[in-house]
Amino acid sequence: MADFLALHLGLPLTWATLVAIILKILVITVPLLIAMAMMTYMERKVLAAIQLRQGPILVGPFGLLQPFADGLKLMTKETIIPAGANRAVFLVAPMITFILALVAWAVIPFGEGLVLSDINVGVLYLFAISSLGVYGIIMSGWASNSKYAFLGGLRSAAQMVSYEVSIGFVIITVLLCVGSLNLSDIVRAQTHLWFCIPLFPMFVVFFISALAETNRAPFDLPEGESELVGGFHTEYSAMTFALFFLGEYISMLLMSGMTSILFLGGWQPFPLLGFIPGPLNLIIKICLLMFVFIWVRGTLPRYRYDQLMRLGWKVFLPFSLVWVILTSGFLVYFDKLPH
Amino acid sequence: MAWLDRTARGLFMTELVKGFALTFSYMFKPRVTLNYPYERSPLSPRFRGEHALRRYPNGEERCIACKLCEAVCPALAITIEAEPREDGSRRTTRYDIDMTKCIYCGLCQEACPVDAIVEGPNIEFATETREELFYNKEKLLANGDRWEPLLAANIAADAPYR
Repeated sequence: MADFLALHLGLPLTWATLVAIILKILVITVPLLIAMAMMTYMERKVLAAIQLRQGPILVGPFGLLQPFADGLKLMTKETIIPAGANRAVFLVAPMITFILALVAWAVIPFGEGLVLSDINVGVLYLFAISSLGVYGIIMSGWASNSKYAFLGGLRSAAQMVSYEVSIGFVIITVLLCVGSLNLSDIVRAQTHLWFCIPLFPMFVVFFISALAETNRAPFDLPEGESELVGGFHTEYSAMTFALFFLGEYISMLLMSGMTSILFLGGWQPFPLLGFIPGPLNLIIKICLLMFVFIWVRGTLPRYRYDQLMRLGWKVFLPFSLVWVILTSGFLVYFDKLPH
Repeated sequence: MAWLDRTARGLFMTELVKGFALTFSYMFKPRVTLNYPYERSPLSPRFRGEHALRRYPNGEERCIACKLCEAVCPALAITIEAEPREDGSRRTTRYDIDMTKCIYCGLCQEACPVDAIVEGPNIEFATETREELFYNKEKLLANGDRWEPLLAANIAADAPYR
């Protein structure tokens, strides 16, 4: 692409490379933001359907333009900074959440070779970025100088750290089967058999941990409105709030993407549906998982905090640990370790 | 065995699966939403909405200032003053209803011997100021003129049951 630009636009090669990279980033982020907007629409529609309501119907055909109207509303509102808040940290926190959610998409392979940066430690990178996400939340909770935001931030930090441990073990089982940290290699290893079949329990554990990791129902305690008003984003308004909102939904999309890459074969076609092109397969899988995210929200009541911690540390952690040992034992005994 | 049963249920998450199946099946049920300004649910002839003072077909107002409604009103929302008119008939000079006090019990309508004060089918009389809700005789008579066909039909429909 850089060569093409250099040749046809007469740009110097370094500039052409830069322009090519920026174009690639836009090609990923712009559809991502639109997808996020449509996600909020889908969430409202699916929740409404579960509750026998209609959801948004008035803005645009079937209410399709509702998220954009909401976005416009948030943009035109006033950003209120509480008097007692630490201004700098208060403003930086939502940016961190949003940027980290976007940055992670750099390593997601959308198809064979269709990846912004094909680094060989992709999984590690994703894991690191999603762990960093907790900083935005804990900073916002602290900088707001409000008890609700503070408690919400603390809860969120504890929750994300707890569930990251079991997510780590789940990723290790997948890595044992693949023998590579590169996300494209992980997808290629699933050409014949998606990992969700041999590693089904790990798939379930991963998905439930992903719910907790993104602070979604039934683990949405950090923003539990019944006791904490709005949790860590109680004091935020307008675009600062919108950045949290965007960050949350994009990290949901990211966790769905990660689940599809680790367990559902990424861009590999569905059985009997081989005619669908690669990137579309991944998009369909992400949409299905997003639907499950919303379905879970419409079905399950919120966990109590001690139940959440018990599930994370006393159920998922030993369970995933045992599965790591079982899987590695199986692979070694039958000499199936990847080389 | 009970322990085994419980553990198996927990492990296979049967309750979870049942719950998910239920919410999924609800997605295909018909919506119960009524798009209110465009669709309305039917109202009973006995519905007690906004008040109105009715007139006889010849244009004469029905109210004879007996003050039964004022006496029966449990919220003390009605205020009536009366004196004889030039032609000698007894009429109200003032008939006020404080709609912010009214509890829409319909006792005024029940008490009225001449079907003058009635509660009509109108429910959309929200106002921007509180003062607009202090109805006077003019406003009530205007309401009566506006809703008379429906009011008469409602009274006729309910008459067999009285």
